Amino acid sequence: MESLTALLVGLLVAASVYLMLARNFLRFLFGLILLSNAANLVIFAAGRMTAGAPALVPEGASVPDGVIGNALPQALVLTAIVIGFGLLAFTLALTFEAYRRLRTLDSDEMRHAEPDEGKTEAGR
Amino acid sequence: MSWLLALPIAIPFVTAVIVYLLRNRALGRWISLAGSLASLAASAALMVAVLRDGVVAAQMGGWPAPFGISLVADYLSAVMVVITAITGLATAVYALGEIEERLERLGYHALFQVLIAGVTGAFLTGDLFNLYVWFEVMLIASFGLLVLGGSKEQLDAGIKYVALNLVSTLVFLSGIGLLYGVTGTLNLADLHGAVAAVEDQALITVIAMMFMVGFGVKAAVFPLFFWLPASYHTPSFAVSAVFAGLLTKVGVYALMRMFTLVFVGDVGFTHEILIWVSALTMLTGVLGAAAQTDFRKILSFHIISQIGYMTLGLALYTPLALMGGVFYLVHHIIVKANLFLVAGVAQKLAGGTDLERIGGLYKSSPLLAALFVVPAFSLAGFPPLSGFWAKFLIVKASIELGEWLIAFVALFVGLLTIFSMTKIWGMAFWKPHPEGIEPTPDRVPARIRVPMMLPIAGLAAMTVLIGFFPEPFVQFAETAAVQLLEPAAYVEAVLGLREARP
Amino acid sequence: MNSIIFSAGARILVALLLVFSVFMLLRGHNLPGGGFIGGLIGAVGFIVYALACGTAEAKAALRVSPEAIAMVGLGIALSAGLAAAPFGEALFTGIWIWVGGDSYATAALKPNTVLVFDVGVYLVVLGSIVSLACAFEEEV
Repeated sequence: MESLTALLVGLLVAASVYLMLARNFLRFLFGLILLSNAANLVIFAAGRMTAGAPALVPEGASVPDGVIGNALPQALVLTAIVIGFGLLAFTLALTFEAYRRLRTLDSDEMRHAEPDEGKTEAGR
Repeated sequence: MSWLLALPIAIPFVTAVIVYLLRNRALGRWISLAGSLASLAASAALMVAVLRDGVVAAQMGGWPAPFGISLVADYLSAVMVVITAITGLATAVYALGEIEERLERLGYHALFQVLIAGVTGAFLTGDLFNLYVWFEVMLIASFGLLVLGGSKEQLDAGIKYVALNLVSTLVFLSGIGLLYGVTGTLNLADLHGAVAAVEDQALITVIAMMFMVGFGVKAAVFPLFFWLPASYHTPSFAVSAVFAGLLTKVGVYALMRMFTLVFVGDVGFTHEILIWVSALTMLTGVLGAAAQTDFRKILSFHIISQIGYMTLGLALYTPLALMGGVFYLVHHIIVKANLFLVAGVAQKLAGGTDLERIGGLYKSSPLLAALFVVPAFSLAGFPPLSGFWAKFLIVKASIELGEWLIAFVALFVGLLTIFSMTKIWGMAFWKPHPEGIEPTPDRVPARIRVPMMLPIAGLAAMTVLIGFFPEPFVQFAETAAVQLLEPAAYVEAVLGLREARP
Repeated sequence: MNSIIFSAGARILVALLLVFSVFMLLRGHNLPGGGFIGGLIGAVGFIVYALACGTAEAKAALRVSPEAIAMVGLGIALSAGLAAAPFGEALFTGIWIWVGGDSYATAALKPNTVLVFDVGVYLVVLGSIVSLACAFEEEV
């Protein structure tokens, strides 16, 4: 299982790097989403893949019985997913707003904050 | 103990909730100010406790370490929390003058308080994953503040800032995952022992490099700094002062914490890389600044070059160097935030930040000119201001190690800093205004002018104070450095709690 | 979206989703569930409503702005965490009061700060997701 997950993580990272190298910011954002999932998978795999039961304590007992899965990385992954979701949703909203105002998502043309000195001088 | 450590984080959060609900009323901004004052009081109380006990630690939720989340304050954390509260208070006062009602309605004060809470949380946490969470709290608030108002420049800057910071966050997160996979713990104090016990130290070095890249982006070190000069000159001045003062320093703090407490197994490799990264950071920052003609862009590039000195303090890894690094960290937050605040007043008076289109500030506003000279000369390292002692310690540490080239770079960068500062001085203050305007202070109503000038004067006074009486601050930094290099007390304070509980 | 079937069905669906979200919130005590998932389900309810009848009507149904709901939720969650202090416990420790018994098993009523915290989380999630979704829906 671990090696399969590792391969999957590698695939996700490769795809995300490919997307992030694009000039279009929307593609970059999709790359970020893939990278975020790859990072979550890394944490998940770090807790070791075991065929255990959920880490729940049965009624009346004080310890779970049998082999249980490591609950900590799952909690971490859940937190990371939630945070990642919030950040990516914000980024998507920002991207949309930027497209509406700047009329482009091409990073070569997004020079409002750092004007290209030579070009703007001529264009002024 | 639990209260002392949690209050500096909880107060800004509670303030944020209240001021958001009051965002349409003038009362909101006063509550925000009161919250900043309360944060300062709480962090001062924490500082007193740390000065008394050395290291203060507490467990959230009563779960014993290393399972629960620890909050820890040693000398470094405590001073960072205090300086965060001071910067927060200064910008909260400044915002009374600068921030318009339109931005207040959009929730400026709430975002600002959440940002302060995130920064404070990052300084106080003793748990790696919790550090990630505080980084995110800080990031989401800074995203909001950066694009608040929504001008074209801000949106453009926001995209770049968000993109690069998210990548660094994900690298950091993957590093956390791998480190947990190798050691099975995320508590920083516990990691100190657990990492040393790992057989395959090469694996640890790889993970250390991931952390170095992740935090390096946040700290804006050499090849990873591009988001900073692209974004810091676009938001309102109060926001860019807080960003300039605090955000990159959280990255430096995280580097200092991780590379003194956890990743110390292969100092010859990791810290050697940091030395060269620091030297290149100093050089590129200061050379980038030399090419700029905008007040805030020059200052932005100088943040980068100054970050180099701080990481150099960590990289040299001797008590003297770390002491210099800690001292530099504190000095730089005060000075840099102040310079951005001065830029805000200059913009209000002279009508811009483009140095070629403003001028005449010295003749018409001598007070502002005097208040600019103090932090500017301190930044460049003129004796007897605070920057001189900070640079002196770092350069002395590198000479003691025989790193002559690094010492030369540090001095050379100081020289170029003077060049940039005199450029601002000459163009914004000395030369007459190109449009013949007299930028006298009464161009701005006192209602706005006074709250903007007060924090500038206060921070400048602190710079002078540290400069003339460096002794207690240097001693403090020395203790902080010793604690960093010998983390036994830190580990004991956190893990000792295990035995203390029945 | 102009579909009579959808907007008529949405009303029933929204009611069901909201009830289910509260069920998940309360169930999360000892079983899978809780404030986060409850808040998500509740938010889905309002999003369905917004798709069927427009964001303006969905916001009117919420009565308070979703951002304010999220901030109030944050306040509730925080106060639940800070409430441990007067009891002399570490912050964010769950405080339980047994009514009609002296242990978890025998008590008839068990008011506690954990549930308050969960309600706070529920409101934070509900408020922030609805506000994000409405922002997207209004822009597109």
